[in-house]
Amino acid sequence: MHLAYPAVLSALLFCTGLYGVLARRNAILVLMSVELMLNAVNLNLVAFDVWLSRAAEETLHSGQALTLFTIAIAAAEIGIGLAIVLAVHRNRGTADIDRLRDTAEGHGPDGTDNDTAATGTAAEKAEATA
Amino acid sequence: MTLAATVRHLSAGPATTAAGTHGFLSPTGVEIAFLLVGLVTLGAAVLTVTTRQLVHAALWLVVALGGLAVEYLLLTAEFIAWVQVLIYVGAVVVLILFGLMLTRAPIGRSPDADSGNRWAALTVAVASAAALVWVVVDAFRATWIDLDGPAAGSTAVTGASLFQHWVLPFEALSVLLLAALVGAIVLSRKAGSRPARDAPPTNAPPTNAPSTDAAPARQPSARNAPAPNAPAPDAPGKDGDR
Repeated sequence: MHLAYPAVLSALLFCTGLYGVLARRNAILVLMSVELMLNAVNLNLVAFDVWLSRAAEETLHSGQALTLFTIAIAAAEIGIGLAIVLAVHRNRGTADIDRLRDTAEGHGPDGTDNDTAATGTAAEKAEATA
Repeated sequence: MTLAATVRHLSAGPATTAAGTHGFLSPTGVEIAFLLVGLVTLGAAVLTVTTRQLVHAALWLVVALGGLAVEYLLLTAEFIAWVQVLIYVGAVVVLILFGLMLTRAPIGRSPDADSGNRWAALTVAVASAAALVWVVVDAFRATWIDLDGPAAGSTAVTGASLFQHWVLPFEALSVLLLAALVGAIVLSRKAGSRPARDAPPTNAPPTNAPSTDAAPARQPSARNAPAPNAPAPDAPGKDGDR
């Protein structure tokens, strides 16, 4: 098999995930797009590992080992990420990342909302200490 | 192009001499299967990032991840393929569906699934896709993966390499998974205690905001009614207890 096939598929999948990360508004959809990008990297790792294990007599199988590590880290990432998204949804009532502008510079279009956002942060801190 | 590829193969040294007769215009059966499954995978991935129904996005993600597992099988990486099916299709997608359910995602079509900068995102994605595909094709159009012989990723081979050369990262990874597990429990443990304390403000945070300075100080003291020292310094005391 030509190495170009998995490499091109991996590049296209990565860019699909990139579009999802940039264009999606729901935080869980952003996490799904991150999973797509990680899977594109995994496909690249496996393809190059299979190529190098024959072409260069490479016996470490570092690509497959790294793929397993990436899968495990992705599982940990999705668990922590969903816990964070759930915590944000519990505190703010939304998982919409366009509306989480507490650390944004300057006044956004919702500048009138800054007071409630600040008190929301205070409420979150009180919740964290309670 | 096939002639140039052949010349390039023949001059590339002993590593790729097996590819001397292969061109893109005469694909093998494995390549055709890879191409078809790859088209399905890419289509499912595009639908995942473009559909406006959130649950459908998660289900299309299942198709994309399953297609990638088939690609791993075609690359003779069997162990990775089944790990992919077990962890991604089995666990990660279920977690995502739980997350969608717990954040009360709308079942039907949600018009605000895409943010306002989708055209900028499309520009960036298309530009990076063009650049990556150009570079990758230019670099690896003459490289041939030899799939004959014993599988490069069978369970025996992967297990041997993993437990001979990668034992220390493997154990470190188990520690990382434990830390992630504990972190996820700590982050989501307040989900169990919060509705018991103040369930109604969860649905409407703006109504929670004006009463923030009074409510969180009062309600924990009401909950810890048997042994409060004073209502005001209750929160630091509880903090010290934990």
